[in-house]
Amino acid sequence: MEKIGVFLCTGCGIGEAIDVDEVIEAADEVGCACTLTHECLCAPEGLEAIRGAVSENELDGILVAACSERAKTREFAALTEDGPSMFRIAVREHCAWPLKDAEEDEDKTMAAQDLVRMGLARLDGVKAIEPLEEEISDTVMVVGSGRAGLEASLTAAGLGHPVVLVEKDDHLGGLLADQLSIPPEQPPYEAPEANPIPGLIDEVNAHDDIKVLTDTGITEITGQPGQFKVSLNGSSGLEMTVGSIVQATGAKPYDASKLGHLGYGASPDVVTSHEFENMLVDGKITCPSDGRTPGRIAYIQCAGSRDENHLKYCSSECCINTLRQMMEVKKIDPSIENAVIYKDIRAPGLMEYFFLAAQKETGGMMARGEVDRIEANGKLSIHMTDSMLGDNVAIDADLVVLAVGMVPQSADGELIRELHDSVHQAETSESSKVRENSAARAEELADFEGTEILNLDYRQGPDLPTLEYGFPDSHFICFPYETRRTGIYAAGTVHAPMESVQAAEDGLGAAMKAVQCIEMAKRGEAVHPRAGDTAYPDFFLQRCTDCKRCTEECPFGTLNENEKGTPELFPLRCRRCGICMGACPERIISFPDFSVLMIAEMIKAMEVPDEDDEKPRILALMCENDAVPALDAAAANGATWNPWVRVIPIRCLGSMNIVWLAEALSRGIDGVILIGCKYGDDYQCHYVRGSELANTRLENVGETLERLALEPERVKLVELSHDEFGRIPQILDDFAEELDEMGPNPLKGF
Amino acid sequence: MSEAKKSLLVIGAGIAGITAALEAAETGAEVVLIEREATIGGRVLRLNNYFPKMCPPSCGMEINIRRLERNPRIRVLTRSKVTAAETGDGGWSVEITTEPAWVKANCTACGDCESACTTEIDDPHNLGMSKTKAIRLPHPSAWPKIYTFDRAAVSDDEAKKIAEACTYDAVDLDAQETTQTLEFGAVVVATGWKPYPLEKLEELGGDLDDVVANVQMERMASASGPTGGVIRKPSNGEAPARVAFVQCAGSRDVNHLNYCSGVCCLASLKQARYVKEQLPDAEVTMYYIDRRTPGRNEDFLLGSAELEGVTLTKGKVGRIEKSNGGLKLHVEDVENEVILEAEADLVVLATGMVPNAVDDDLAVFTRKDDDGFVLDDLEAGVTVAGVARRPEDVAASVRDATGAAARAMVAAGRRA
Repeated sequence: MEKIGVFLCTGCGIGEAIDVDEVIEAADEVGCACTLTHECLCAPEGLEAIRGAVSENELDGILVAACSERAKTREFAALTEDGPSMFRIAVREHCAWPLKDAEEDEDKTMAAQDLVRMGLARLDGVKAIEPLEEEISDTVMVVGSGRAGLEASLTAAGLGHPVVLVEKDDHLGGLLADQLSIPPEQPPYEAPEANPIPGLIDEVNAHDDIKVLTDTGITEITGQPGQFKVSLNGSSGLEMTVGSIVQATGAKPYDASKLGHLGYGASPDVVTSHEFENMLVDGKITCPSDGRTPGRIAYIQCAGSRDENHLKYCSSECCINTLRQMMEVKKIDPSIENAVIYKDIRAPGLMEYFFLAAQKETGGMMARGEVDRIEANGKLSIHMTDSMLGDNVAIDADLVVLAVGMVPQSADGELIRELHDSVHQAETSESSKVRENSAARAEELADFEGTEILNLDYRQGPDLPTLEYGFPDSHFICFPYETRRTGIYAAGTVHAPMESVQAAEDGLGAAMKAVQCIEMAKRGEAVHPRAGDTAYPDFFLQRCTDCKRCTEECPFGTLNENEKGTPELFPLRCRRCGICMGACPERIISFPDFSVLMIAEMIKAMEVPDEDDEKPRILALMCENDAVPALDAAAANGATWNPWVRVIPIRCLGSMNIVWLAEALSRGIDGVILIGCKYGDDYQCHYVRGSELANTRLENVGETLERLALEPERVKLVELSHDEFGRIPQILDDFAEELDEMGPNPLKGF
Repeated sequence: MSEAKKSLLVIGAGIAGITAALEAAETGAEVVLIEREATIGGRVLRLNNYFPKMCPPSCGMEINIRRLERNPRIRVLTRSKVTAAETGDGGWSVEITTEPAWVKANCTACGDCESACTTEIDDPHNLGMSKTKAIRLPHPSAWPKIYTFDRAAVSDDEAKKIAEACTYDAVDLDAQETTQTLEFGAVVVATGWKPYPLEKLEELGGDLDDVVANVQMERMASASGPTGGVIRKPSNGEAPARVAFVQCAGSRDVNHLNYCSGVCCLASLKQARYVKEQLPDAEVTMYYIDRRTPGRNEDFLLGSAELEGVTLTKGKVGRIEKSNGGLKLHVEDVENEVILEAEADLVVLATGMVPNAVDDDLAVFTRKDDDGFVLDDLEAGVTVAGVARRPEDVAASVRDATGAAARAMVAAGRRA
């Protein structure tokens, strides 16, 4: 930016808290095209005054020194519509309101001056954004044709997008295809409903915009959202370009052969719920051993689910499906007695009506108990511990139905990649130790060989990373469709254990996200969470040393590597978190509006008083998604803290580049505090790994600090949740106190 | 059909409505999102943490607010409701009435008005468990980030003083209710839920001081709640030594709600963790009929049940009464057909969810079941998201809100 105007708001107590003239003077000293103060910049008159100054001075940069960028966002953003770039510094929330008064407010004025200097430095480096204008395919590819896949196909087509539905089997319909009926989806939720799959298949086949490819697998997917190049094998053997992908590859029943303790394999009269369904479809319920009609059928819930030796999770659909099967049995042969052995009947929400109806209509026995074993001695006897019928009791049945759970048909992209890397290392590494360790790891991961589904040509692996138990996910509460591969959305039972109606809805939602991704790519916009951001990173590859940190650390697999190991950027995969930028030791990755250099310049712009002034300085690099909002809330709530603190909001703690710490400490800044999201299994980082990566980088910083003869404690990382604004004053004040005890940074003045 | 008729109306700005509006707008639809309260966020912003990650709802909401502010295709109307609607000509014509804007959009949230206000009201954000000023920022994550004014609560004199305290002339005592009629291609109903009222649970001590509802427990555990996050007995402010969670309080019950509310088991397990975190020595007992924690939430059930001092007991609590300065619970052990007695200092009733639509008869509720849950009507261009449709948790609400947005866009297109 060449001509920057500084606009200082004096409203909301700012004018009383700081010496306005001195702050303007500081701006003038740095040099700017114009300055203006106003008692309420966000009011129409204030905004008009800015617009007037912009046109009068032909400004290309606007520095708004007022409230947090989280306040009056739309009002100020409107100023940039005609072209100038804007940067906002929160004089109100980060200075005037919270900083403790001292020495007739000199500290607050100094802080405001610093913020203005820092803002000018930042804006000085900002470049105009040139949005991506790429050719984007409108086509949505749906992988898997169970209920989720069928619904996704119809929804994407309904939204006006061409669809390619790819199915590895020779027919559509998935696991539900052969089911007699489904649990109720309409009030009064009391009776099974007709299987919707045949109707959905007809609808899909009849749809002009849906191309159906059965007997088809994916051999490779290259490229990026909007431009995925897909190679297919099987009968079709074609190549095509698609814009986004819904992975609806479903689940398979848990392998009952592992359930020997439940009599599976020992007696032909112990069958899985899927095998039993076939009897229901045939309308003929018999004991496989001798063909007689069973007097009593026992349905064993959680057969292989909720079990630490098998699937730890609950498969979500088995209880309801058992109720449905009981009702179907009653229709076929009312003389058959039904008994359900369960841990908890999980018929949540409105399925309670189905539970009540099933009990009433079938008169089935519902027995809570933990099944210890099932023995086959003529009759099948089900031995239970801790049961409502007593401890160590057994009940008999003629036919046992195991309600087996579901296992997602996913592939763990990261582990497959690790397997491939290990195999490669085991063969090629120069170190015998590495070869040995890699061979051992490859052995451990051997089961992943050949499990690829999407075959993505991504450095970080050929499939979606999974979060837990093989389910691909990243933010399963607030943003359940987000995966760690942009433009690829999981739906249905591959996504989470769920029953039929939920799979249908999941398919709808995933199709919506897939279409949305295409539409946003057409507009040159990033998708979640920086939805609408049109800036993307630039890599100055001439200086790249092929260290691969960026390609390894990007949580979204944005970067591939060429044969030399140099990163290859796929900007449409990028979520704009800046983690690559934080990782890069050569500082060659920059966004037009956010770069290592820009933040370094901001740090340089902070005035560091001499040791004798007894005015230490603390740099706070804070995550703009959670830590800064908490800080803003603390300030609004009247909290106060140490006036030595200067805040720089950053996109994610993962975008923190170590060079900033070196810059700050070598300039004599006394300490740097990094405040970001909680990490670990229950991470709160919107970019999944940002704060964790920042912490890892810090582990390596200690040595550098010691080399500079600085205490490692001068750099501190704090995890903070969005709602923990109450902790802010103490975090900052405690750090100030710790630094005070340590004494001034010895590098001051050098 | 005009472009306006392809646009969507989303009724209710809780997590489901916000999600539906955002997903549609980011896909390219024009959306009007209306909310009857002064700020968006609905029920989720009254929760302390989400299960199973024990993370604050305001964290995800921050991202949603950012998405909303940066999206030119969404218009948000707060303090607004549908007062009339008719369908025909391939779309909906909807009359939206907005309460008087006592505080105008130019409010800077500086707080000067609050200092001038002396009248206190029951804080609706804290479900009436604490007092707040008649003019206030409703809560720390409030959006729009402007003050809200309960004008009726203060005298004309005080209102005048409050208005004069505002440097920016943002308090408008002459504000009027406004109505506008807008055209839409389809409507997403996301009108949400309310807790089943404690008053109807007299047998479970719903009228006793130390018997609170799960929604109140969320406020009590929240740092921005009435006790600053401290869990205590409302009667005397003491820390409870024995806390009982009573599941299906008014749910799965022929005398109350027949259905299961789907989230209460997980909510109580989460609250058991709040208690144990603050009061490690407290004895926590949860009385349940079935532990309904489907899917991967099994881990959360196990993790909570394993905490020392946490006991899960199968049984239906039939009666709660005062006894020896504490509370006595009569628990029906259904399996052994005996009645047990237990004592507690604080009882949390896991009350269920009642759809807000149960008492409303909006024309857009073209299909409703006997419990007041609204159903999709694609022919009429109405889709339903979140708990307006059925009891479910946040993740499920977000999922089906995304689907409801898709269905609404398809319906609006089809009706073109």
